[in-house]
Amino acid sequence: MMKQSNLLAIVTCALGLAALSPSAMAEQLLEQQCASCHALQAEDYASSTVQERAERKAPPLYYAGNKFRPEWLVQWLQKPERIRPAGYFPAAHTVPGPDGDVVDSDSLPEHISLSAADAELASAALMKLTPYTDKLDAVDYEVGNISWRMGNLNFGKFNGCDACHRDAPDYGGLSGPELYSAWDRLQPKFIASFITDPVAWDPHTLMPANDLNQAAVQKLSDYLKVNGEDE
Amino acid sequence: MRYALVTLAVSALTAVSAHSWAADAEAGKQLYQIYCTQCHGINGDGKGINIPDMSVLPRDHTDTSEMSARSDEELIKAIKHGGKAVNKSVLMPAWDKNLSDEQVDDLVAYLRHICCDK
Ligand code: HEC
Ligand code: HEC
Ligand code: HEC
Repeated sequence: MMKQSNLLAIVTCALGLAALSPSAMAEQLLEQQCASCHALQAEDYASSTVQERAERKAPPLYYAGNKFRPEWLVQWLQKPERIRPAGYFPAAHTVPGPDGDVVDSDSLPEHISLSAADAELASAALMKLTPYTDKLDAVDYEVGNISWRMGNLNFGKFNGCDACHRDAPDYGGLSGPELYSAWDRLQPKFIASFITDPVAWDPHTLMPANDLNQAAVQKLSDYLKVNGEDE
Repeated sequence: MRYALVTLAVSALTAVSAHSWAADAEAGKQLYQIYCTQCHGINGDGKGINIPDMSVLPRDHTDTSEMSARSDEELIKAIKHGGKAVNKSVLMPAWDKNLSDEQVDDLVAYLRHICCDK
């Protein structure tokens, strides 16, 4: 009797799964495997104290569809490589050393990787999360070119972006996401919009909101393109 | 004996509240940890994880003589408007869009604490 009802439960369950639409399956996958670390629903960070940022486990994904290039997402989820050399909250992965602080690499966990099929499903679901399309529409950025030298001066000497970001695998700061891969990862308008006003994307961002005019943002975004295509 | 303990606890409490900076510096410490340690170091000694490729090193905020030579106004200006505003390096960012005036005051209280309350 007991056995039979178990069997029944299994059969119903299998049928139930098979009946799930791909998008429902994708939502279930995100909920079960990703939501413990990533915000998948809009967060009102500004209403919490900044301590919230120190406790966040991972970058928010609730605006993933306004941020990432879908083809990058599908690849990365199958073979994730570190983007932030010091993790999502650098102070938690930093230890003092004889010549200054160093990143405690052993404390940085490997990211979960997905099968090709699951990566497709997850990416499709993430790309539907687009609450900030208005922010992208508001930015005045036409993809263009800049000489690498001029762009590099803007990124380094004039604006100090290299203090926190690497624009080459072996050059730059460690506390921000690597940017030599930014053009492959991110939508051009997201790049321009985030540089213009990072606080609008995340009130507790660790990136300072420099007062950059549109021409400066244009040059910096174009540099990330030219530099990224070089790599 | 119990009475003595109570007196002790009460006087400890008064001692804390007598220093009105205590609460601010505590909030400042948390802000410093989140925003500033990436360059100024987890101990405030100017040796954060970002320094290997930096052409100008971040100020050592535990350096008593240098830090005593700055007025609160100078520190506030540097934090809010960046190194450029005080004729220093652009590598010191402007934080006025990220932080409220109150948070900047908390940070200054914390800087005063780590530089000079030895
Ligand atoms: C144990 C916590 C954890 C889980 C579970 C997790 N992630 Fe992550 N994820 C992170 C961290 C930490 C990072 C930052 C990694 C880096 O920058 O190198 C990250 C980065 C990402 C990024 C890049 C985000 C960005 O802004 O650069 C994507 C996309 C992502 N995760 C998707 C997923 C998906 C999809 C799942 C579920 C299948 C998942 N993650 C599960 C912790 C987690
Ligand atoms: C004080 C360190 C710091 C400085 C200086 C800085 N950034 Fe950032 N930047 C960050 C951090 C940290 C993030 C990731 C968002 C977060 O965690 O708050 C980021 C995110 C970004 C992103 C989005 C990348 C992603 O994968 O999410 C871009 C693009 C960017 N920065 C460009 C720049 C440019 C251009 C400059 C110079 C004008 C600059 N940054 C200066 C720390 C910094
Ligand atoms: C991107 C790296 C970076 C970050 C992040 C950073 N600083 Fe700085 N800071 C510097 C550098 C570099 C200098 C030295 C500039 C010089 O001497 O030309 C400096 C100088 C200063 C000074 C001026 C000291 C003096 O000599 O008058 C103050 C005050 C200061 N920082 C406070 C802060 C506070 C508070 C934070 C966090 C909100 C912070 N800094 C975050 C790089 C940084």
